[in-house]
Amino acid sequence: MNAQGKYVPKRDIRVDWQLIAEMIEPGSRVLDVGCDDGQLLAHLTETKNVDGRGIELSQHGVNICVANGLSVVQGNADTDLVYYPDDGFDYAILSQTLQATYQPHVVMEQLLRVGRRAIVSFPNFAYWRCRYYLGVKGRMPMTNTLDIAWYESPNIHFCTLRDFTALCEEMSIKIEQSVIVGASGKVMTRSNYGPLANLFGSECIFMLSKET
Amino acid sequence: MTENSPITYDQSVVLGTETPLALDSGASLSNINMAYCTYGTLNEDKSNAILVCHALTGDQYAASRQPVTGKSGWWDLMIGPGKILDTSKYFIVCSNVLGGCMGTTGPKDNNPETGTPFGLDFPIITIADMVRAQAMLQDYLGIESWFSVIGGSMGGMQVLQWASAYPERVFSAIPIACAARHSAQNIAFHEVGRQAVMADPNWQGGDYYSRETKPTAGLAVARMAAHVTYLSEAALHRKFGRNLQDRDNLTYGFDADFQVESYLRYQGINFVDRFDANSYLYITRAMDYFDLAQDHGGSLAKAFDGTKTRFCVVSFSSDWLFPTAENRDVVHALIAAAANVSFVEVETDKGHDAFLLDTPELFKTVQGFLKSSAKSRGLDE
Repeated sequence: MNAQGKYVPKRDIRVDWQLIAEMIEPGSRVLDVGCDDGQLLAHLTETKNVDGRGIELSQHGVNICVANGLSVVQGNADTDLVYYPDDGFDYAILSQTLQATYQPHVVMEQLLRVGRRAIVSFPNFAYWRCRYYLGVKGRMPMTNTLDIAWYESPNIHFCTLRDFTALCEEMSIKIEQSVIVGASGKVMTRSNYGPLANLFGSECIFMLSKET
Repeated sequence: MTENSPITYDQSVVLGTETPLALDSGASLSNINMAYCTYGTLNEDKSNAILVCHALTGDQYAASRQPVTGKSGWWDLMIGPGKILDTSKYFIVCSNVLGGCMGTTGPKDNNPETGTPFGLDFPIITIADMVRAQAMLQDYLGIESWFSVIGGSMGGMQVLQWASAYPERVFSAIPIACAARHSAQNIAFHEVGRQAVMADPNWQGGDYYSRETKPTAGLAVARMAAHVTYLSEAALHRKFGRNLQDRDNLTYGFDADFQVESYLRYQGINFVDRFDANSYLYITRAMDYFDLAQDHGGSLAKAFDGTKTRFCVVSFSSDWLFPTAENRDVVHALIAAAANVSFVEVETDKGHDAFLLDTPELFKTVQGFLKSSAKSRGLDE
């Protein structure tokens, strides 16, 4: 957990960013929801020449972003996406924030309203280490990517990879691309989202669009 | 003052000599004297000019000695070589607002029709009128678009009006501690101030310029009441608490027993030396009338429709005159208009006046925003 209480994986998050960056067309309009101190936005601006905007809950994060020249507003993923116009962005990114929102399904709906595509990344609660904690130890998981005690965690809506894909189906959301990251931060080569991925994938990155 | 950051004090130009300025009220003004100061040097393609808009009781002496008080400029912390508004890089313009009393045409100046001071014959002016007059100054200076327009409080209102009325003439906009409309509470405080002025027998229906006595008592009270709204409960407590002024015991009378009373009296008395009571009436009225959404069919987002201007909105957590919520309304409208906007709420207990004080978080924000704006304008060093 960083100073603002937002979930941040312990290991080098730049692996995620790399994967997200690979999904993004150069020169596109990007909204990063929950952009923290703006490192992903800065990375995308630098490497993909995107027109980037951000929303961040913590004043500290926002101030760092704006002082670094990023266009970021203080706001909340649950309540402030409604102010954005339809299809104002090519991509709306929600990186490691979904599980900390009050209404993940509403947030996803909003992401796909303001963005033509949404990129959502989240930790998989069905990852085998999590299952080990729950199934064998009988305790809430403490893993590399989930390293915060339950009573301190801002994460209130954990889901598994299969929960997520089921929700997408229920909401008629099209999964355009998925990248599942296994232990040690390596992308799983057979990176579909079947039962094996649900067991061995620790983090998931999905590119979504509206079913047309 | 260094060689590459020259200051020009007490500039003035007569505007509206051919075409008079048409005011919102329907009246018009010609031969407007516009008093301004500049800091720094305008570059060759005139792309580095920043307009600084002053607040209700501010003036054009943003970073130079105020001639009446002898005090340094009200934004000396912000403007100067190597400072946030870096006069070795930017050309800073600050003009006295229309209706003001430091050189720009206002109620204390002579009405050309009568040869005597306007007094209450001066037409009611609005924030939009102030900005129209500034746009005439911009034309006169030959500046096609401001690199940035910045200001706090009423200055912030002017920034919003600028960005809305002249989007192509404003590359970036920094409205600080302001709102897109004056709230009922703020109108109420202004009315208290105006009534204090008008209740002063020396006010004489605004026709006091030829008299020896001016409505200083009323204006001082207006200033005292207003000054409280610029601070916060926490700041007042931190500064004064219940401390007594130069005494050990209560006097059981109505002297300024408390430091806070003494401070406010001092604020009031000093103010009347440098400010005209009628100007105070006119300018507070202009703020009361400001409602940018109303001017656009009730939709604030429409005021910024299609804007290319980059915005940086800053509010202060303890500001109860222009609370964060009202600044946030502006941000939401800008977001809805698909504008490029940044928004920071600075955590401080200094209240509304934080924009005039040493507020490092404000400085960092404006500096970062200007730096990235300069880059996208091609102004990088």
